[in-house]
Amino acid sequence: MKKISSRRLTVVAGAALLALVSGCGTSGGGGSTSSGGFTPPDLPMKKSIGPMEGQVNVLAWPGYAEDGSNDPKYDWVTAFEKKTGCQTNIKYFNTSDEAVKLMQTGEYDVVSASGDASLRLIASGDAAPINTDLVKTYADISPFLKDRDWNSVDGQMYGIPHGWGANLLAYNTDVVKPAPTSWGAVFGGASKYDGKVTAYDSPIYIADAALYLMKHQPDLGIKNPYALDQDQLAAAVDLLKTQRQSVGEYWSNYLTEVSGFKSGDTVIGTAWQYNALTAQGEGAPIKTVFPTETSTGWSDTWMLNPSSPHSNCGYAWMDYITSPGPQAQIAEYFGEAPANTKACALTVQKDFCDQYHAEDKAYSDKLWYWTTPISECLDGRTDVTCTDYGDWTQAWTEIKG
Amino acid sequence: MTMSRGLRTALLVFTVLVLVVVYTPLALVVLNSFNVDRTFTWPPPDLTTKWWDAAFHSKGARSALWTSVEVALAATAVSLVLGTLAGLALRHTRFFGRNVVSLVIILPIALPGIVTGIALSNAFTTILGMSLSLFTVVVAHATFCIVTVFNNVQARVQRLGGGLEQASMDLGAGPLTTFRLVTFPMLRSAMLAGALLAFGLSFDEIVVTTFTISATDQTLPIWIFQNLFRPNQGPVVNVVAAVLVLLSAIPIYLAQRLSGSTAEGLTGAR
Amino acid sequence: MAATHAPGRGTARVSRLGRRQGVRTGLLLLPPMLWLGVAYLLALGALLITAFWTQDDFTGAIQRQWTLDNFRDLFTIKVYRTITVRTLGIAALVTVIDAVLAFPIALYMAKVASPRAQRLLVIAVLMPLWASYLVKAYAWRGMLSQGGLIDWVLGPFGLQSPGYGLLATIMTLAYLWLPFMILPVYAGLQRLPDSLLEASADLGARSGSTLLRVVLPQAFPALVAGSIFTFSLSMGDFIAVTIVGGTTQLLGNVVYNNIGAANNLPFAAAVATVPIAVMLVYLAVVRRTGALENL
Repeated sequence: MKKISSRRLTVVAGAALLALVSGCGTSGGGGSTSSGGFTPPDLPMKKSIGPMEGQVNVLAWPGYAEDGSNDPKYDWVTAFEKKTGCQTNIKYFNTSDEAVKLMQTGEYDVVSASGDASLRLIASGDAAPINTDLVKTYADISPFLKDRDWNSVDGQMYGIPHGWGANLLAYNTDVVKPAPTSWGAVFGGASKYDGKVTAYDSPIYIADAALYLMKHQPDLGIKNPYALDQDQLAAAVDLLKTQRQSVGEYWSNYLTEVSGFKSGDTVIGTAWQYNALTAQGEGAPIKTVFPTETSTGWSDTWMLNPSSPHSNCGYAWMDYITSPGPQAQIAEYFGEAPANTKACALTVQKDFCDQYHAEDKAYSDKLWYWTTPISECLDGRTDVTCTDYGDWTQAWTEIKG
Repeated sequence: MTMSRGLRTALLVFTVLVLVVVYTPLALVVLNSFNVDRTFTWPPPDLTTKWWDAAFHSKGARSALWTSVEVALAATAVSLVLGTLAGLALRHTRFFGRNVVSLVIILPIALPGIVTGIALSNAFTTILGMSLSLFTVVVAHATFCIVTVFNNVQARVQRLGGGLEQASMDLGAGPLTTFRLVTFPMLRSAMLAGALLAFGLSFDEIVVTTFTISATDQTLPIWIFQNLFRPNQGPVVNVVAAVLVLLSAIPIYLAQRLSGSTAEGLTGAR
Repeated sequence: MAATHAPGRGTARVSRLGRRQGVRTGLLLLPPMLWLGVAYLLALGALLITAFWTQDDFTGAIQRQWTLDNFRDLFTIKVYRTITVRTLGIAALVTVIDAVLAFPIALYMAKVASPRAQRLLVIAVLMPLWASYLVKAYAWRGMLSQGGLIDWVLGPFGLQSPGYGLLATIMTLAYLWLPFMILPVYAGLQRLPDSLLEASADLGARSGSTLLRVVLPQAFPALVAGSIFTFSLSMGDFIAVTIVGGTTQLLGNVVYNNIGAANNLPFAAAVATVPIAVMLVYLAVVRRTGALENL
């Protein structure tokens, strides 16, 4: 008797609980995706800079915001704190997906968003339209970085460009001879390296495979590595599944790749210049090369949280970090092209900007910057539906197996 | 003893071997805290004490350590209260919900940390709309620490029986007085042993903490997580870990003495 | 013994006592159950509800339309089945390895070692638990790397370190959870009365036979109790496997990637139901062996 009634009670309680809990639940988003691109949510733009709030929470790629804790020689954050009184708290993220997720918690004021994060942030209402008149350094930013697809909507800028660069092919000079010149070294030729290949652990890496196919299998018809229909995606996935057999470790944390290069568990793979520089600093014989197929890359933009309680410090940060001095320091430390052309005169290495093609629009145009794939084909095709980031994420899990 | 000489020797050898394997990585950690090479090449090219120096001056490590202690103390206090209440409640009756209660108490620790972590994170941020902070971390930790106190208290209470308390009540003492003067002194050491375990659990917890902590706070495991791979901080992390291991002998020894020579008080650890 | 069981008491007294104790029990239970109910069960329920919703890929916004798509994907797409099987396999293997390693040690500690040695051994077994789990996993990464300790030790035999991968994951997880298996088994074996062993010897059984037929069955519930931890911890792990597992993916990684990277809470919640279901079944099965008393 008692047992039955308790069971019934449990069932009733459970049902009530279910009803209660489903009434609450999860939050919705901001903008909506429509067939003609997307409509960003209507958010106010800052009119003027007020007094500094004394704090700013920064979300940055590793190497962008150094405060001396990594290496006392590299510190451009302390100067900012002294100048503005904004105590700077920095959090690093390793992939654009992490950046989007963290930014959506609302706990950060500014983020250095790559092209595959920026549009998502704009669409979900987590990036505010920026009043570029309030940012003095904006005038000196390379013109070919302004009003681009990934950082603006209908002529309205949603951030201040920070810098850009390519994903390079890094290799161990002791093991990989002669020096590779093509991405084929990690695709078709990967089996030579006996399980010591590495690749970036993010679905966006599928674009790298698509880029390779674009150059080597033109009959697949890939025009833009971020605009892949089902068949093209399947081809890229097959290429990556073959590559998987030679991969020892995927890296999502740049230090994992550095540690792999240092110990010799990794001998070749895609890397940021920053990773190669760090590995070299640890004594590993690593070099990088920009392959003949060109490469995917990133173009980063500082974006602001629309409901940031520290928006004045946020604007001050964006202004400071894109000013010539810090830009030169970051560019050389990380190994990328600065957005502010005036930084070129300030780099320690005199021909740094030439080496990184900082003012070379033609070179910049050759790169395929990280962009979020959407179902509306980015290459303009209207007869097919392209695969979107959800499909790529799904595919990435399958590739890793 | 009725076990053959051969068996006993075999057991001893086996135990020693396994302990050697258990301590080798830890010895490596201590060794690497002296390793000149920041990325721990083996064998170490040279030894240095500069990392120990850096560790003692590390602000990040110190504040993370302090945060961990605060959180662990708070979580232990909460789980002490709740665990003792539950342990006391379940002793007298074989009531119908006993198994359900046991299950619910053990669930936070039996389910994988990531499940607990995302459930709580989702509950805090989206349902309750509160921002993550040390408070949310304490709530999360207390939830899975209840079971350690509960186990200890329940085991002790079962051993004691209710005779003394009944005598006390027969003599006219009310329930609260009975608890204060009779029950509590008998439970004290079990509660303390459970509390020590809860403290240890909370102190080293990383998975649930990752999901329930705010961006700017850091407990020691979070600090370790963020600094483990960094070339200039990796060795400092090793120093911190080495110190933790050595210091841990103290609370373990204490827990042992308090729960008696049996290991019943030590189980349920995570 | 509880008052309700003591013979010879007046029934009126018993029923009054019984009712009062019922109320008392209820009152005592209220705070912890309220806490666990609200802080935990409701949170868990809310998470599982989202498994029936979907998420907008582009903005990450969750759409509250009831659908079984997530579960359908989980069960039909091959890679998730592969990962689930792999995870359960690893969890089982780690459990077995730990049980095999823990039993002799626990037996030595409980039945052979002197009381002082016992205390020292308990400390020795517990101390590694306090070294951060991350640091231990990272130490294993160093040991397994090329030119690391394992290469160095195996080199003279012409062998190589297995490197980062499935074997490394199993070894590291078995290492990390070993103390959780040793302790309950030690406690369980301690409860085993010496007289039982003596009786068995008196009846003519040799050590091996006694072990198999007297000690092991008695220790079984304790082994199962320890297995709850090793199994659950292995099933949910996503950190150690990232550090030493190379390209290995486990269920924990899929959940973690869908929370963080893919920002797909509904799918992550759907994947999370697998370890929850497995553990609930495990606990239900285990309850019958009496292992829960051994925790």
